[in-house]
Amino acid sequence: MRHLLSAADLSREDAIRLLDTAAQMAATQSREIKKLPTLRGRTVVNLFFEDSTRTRISFETAAKRLSADVINFSAKGSSVSKGESLKDTALTLHSMGADAVVVRHWASGAPYQLAHSGWLGTVDSPVAVLNAGDGTHQHPTQALLDAFTIRRHLVGRAGGAGRDGVGKDLTGLKVAIVGDVLHSRVARSNVNLLHTLGAEVTLVAPPTLLPVGVESWTCATSYDLDATLTGWCPDAVMMLRVQRERMSGGSGAFLPSPQEYSRRYGLDKRRLGALPDHAIVMHPGPMNRGLEISAQAADSDRSVIVEQVANGVAVRMAALYLLLAGGSSAEGTSL
Amino acid sequence: MTDNVTTYLLRGVRPLGGDAVDVLLSDGVIAAIEAPGTARADGGVVVIDATDQVLLPGLVDLHTHLREPGREDAETVESGTRAAAAGGFTAVHAMANTTPVADTAGVVEQVWRLGQDAGWVDVHPVGAVTVGLGGEHLAELGAMAESKARVRVFSDDGKCVHDPVLMRRALEYVKAFDGVVAQHAQEPRLTQGSQMHEGVVSAEIGLAGWPAVAEEAIIARDVLLAEHVGSRLHVCHLSTRGSVEIVRWAKSRGIDVTAEVTPHHLALTDELARGYDPTFKVNPPLRTADDVEAVREGLADGTIDIVATDHAPHPVEDKDCEWAAAAFGMTGLETALSVVQQAMVDTGRMTWADVARVLSANPARIGRIDAEHGRPIAVGEPATLALVDPAAIRVVDGGAQQTASVNTPFRGRTLPGRVTATFLRGRATVLDGSPVEPAGTRGGR
Ligand SMILES: [Zn+2]
Repeated sequence: MRHLLSAADLSREDAIRLLDTAAQMAATQSREIKKLPTLRGRTVVNLFFEDSTRTRISFETAAKRLSADVINFSAKGSSVSKGESLKDTALTLHSMGADAVVVRHWASGAPYQLAHSGWLGTVDSPVAVLNAGDGTHQHPTQALLDAFTIRRHLVGRAGGAGRDGVGKDLTGLKVAIVGDVLHSRVARSNVNLLHTLGAEVTLVAPPTLLPVGVESWTCATSYDLDATLTGWCPDAVMMLRVQRERMSGGSGAFLPSPQEYSRRYGLDKRRLGALPDHAIVMHPGPMNRGLEISAQAADSDRSVIVEQVANGVAVRMAALYLLLAGGSSAEGTSL
Repeated sequence: MTDNVTTYLLRGVRPLGGDAVDVLLSDGVIAAIEAPGTARADGGVVVIDATDQVLLPGLVDLHTHLREPGREDAETVESGTRAAAAGGFTAVHAMANTTPVADTAGVVEQVWRLGQDAGWVDVHPVGAVTVGLGGEHLAELGAMAESKARVRVFSDDGKCVHDPVLMRRALEYVKAFDGVVAQHAQEPRLTQGSQMHEGVVSAEIGLAGWPAVAEEAIIARDVLLAEHVGSRLHVCHLSTRGSVEIVRWAKSRGIDVTAEVTPHHLALTDELARGYDPTFKVNPPLRTADDVEAVREGLADGTIDIVATDHAPHPVEDKDCEWAAAAFGMTGLETALSVVQQAMVDTGRMTWADVARVLSANPARIGRIDAEHGRPIAVGEPATLALVDPAAIRVVDGGAQQTASVNTPFRGRTLPGRVTATFLRGRATVLDGSPVEPAGTRGGR
């Protein structure tokens, strides 16, 4: 694995290795001294063209716990007001001797371009690129942390497969992903990864928030949350953030109103009660409480939302470790 | 402009791909056509061995962005028309979306004069339909028509004349001077922020979609408007199966509509967006393989009248960036004929006579320059011709082209055919595949 650009690029073996490595990383994080010497002397650049404090902090924490040097590089600029070009930024980072670049970008494909352009290192020995979310395309570490969380709860504890479900995939599990699929890199990444790991996925959204072309995806779709919850009985329900500007008029106008969205697609107390007993509630954050998820659902004992954040650090440690320390396997290395 | 015109004898050439003959070009016209090997080469005649080469009327592009005035960093009239000559063209229609916009007699005359000075091809400026391409007020179409540039084609290309009342008025108004409105069919509200064809690929790779219906809805409206007011309409760069079907229907009703397709829409699909290389970002976007098949069918059966390049040069920095930040457009003048050969001739769907129709005679007729261009290959006709070696094979290299920009989507591809010579009223603008600097024009460029 030279880069982590898209969950669609991961084979089942890659994905399980990442999750198993993350489980080892997570175990080290309950120790008193959390820091590992693994990436000492290596430099990780967090290159953020879009603000996301929580994702940046998660990657920064992961890199620091592996003893890497971390440089935070926030490059403002949008398609409207272009700042420094992606190319010049990449050339700068290359000359600074970055070993890995964690990139968050408003433009779909920007991490792919960084990895394949030759701007960062040579085409033969490129600097590792980790996609920390690009436009409406992909956010692979989010999908990995979601899969890790699902496996830990629904394979590890329930299936008696041992702690964290190490070595297992998600065969037979059913995951509903609810909300603004059209604009969601989280949904795209999860559809790819959960399918690779053997889970079934149903996307639930109003028709305006499902992309034209979704019929080619490896999942089912539904316009009816209640029917999905009661008729399909998902093991996990993942609520996506819905941005309020999607409900304004003009080119927004995907939805009539926040109230109607909430009534038809929000996870409230009643719908929470309709879930199977073992089912978990997930959200990539940040949440709009009262819009896509009610406070009761967010704070219930079904909710694993806080745990997702902690698992994010372990998964990102695993990704950095496998990209930079190389090994084809985490086994036999001392963590 | 008949200074330094040489007499050329093309030996063994195949006019429109037919039987071999000798063709003598003298005094700016086709002076003789004789059995192969029989024409006498008197002293001073330059003999070109054209065995197995195809002779076409000089190509006519109805849709070229020369960028001057305003974006001389991308292209100039000089570099763009040199590229045109290299591609076998003898006339181009220069689109109006320059800075300033070609919406007055002054600007179109400026572009026309720059074309004359450069001397590579005849440059026919396209006039803007609306002031500043703003879509609100009709530009002075009559003044442009009466200017030295004699504008007959009007277009807001790059933008769509989306206001139906304004489009109706424009269609009606240009009838007074036998003009035509060439519509860039793009419903603006359906395409806000659009980046690529809306479909399976856009859904997967997360780029905002440009739906086929945004093109088809405008074409459907425009053909009905053209029928209602009895005007002729030209549809620029049609790109979808639905658009082909609407034009076919309109023609079956007798509506006076013509349509064009670009070489890239005949050859490339939206799958190319997967690598996020903005070289493949173009407007209208590359569509699906089914759409490519439909435009090939439409071109072969005459529903689509012409191939036009939509040659759209851009400086490197406008393409060396994120897809969403990159400019739309690709160059095309120097690859158009090869792409048409590969897509249509080598596949057996069209003959070379058909190529002459779609790349020369029809665009010349639509642009009302058919007294000089798109003529038959016959004695007494202007020696305005392109000589093509269809057996040649070449690998496209953007850096080696005559255009000032390198944004060719065919970079690295192997294409058949090569323009070996181009003649404009008897004067060679290209010989042995290389441009020949026009004598008596600006030197030392
Ligand atoms: Zn256009």
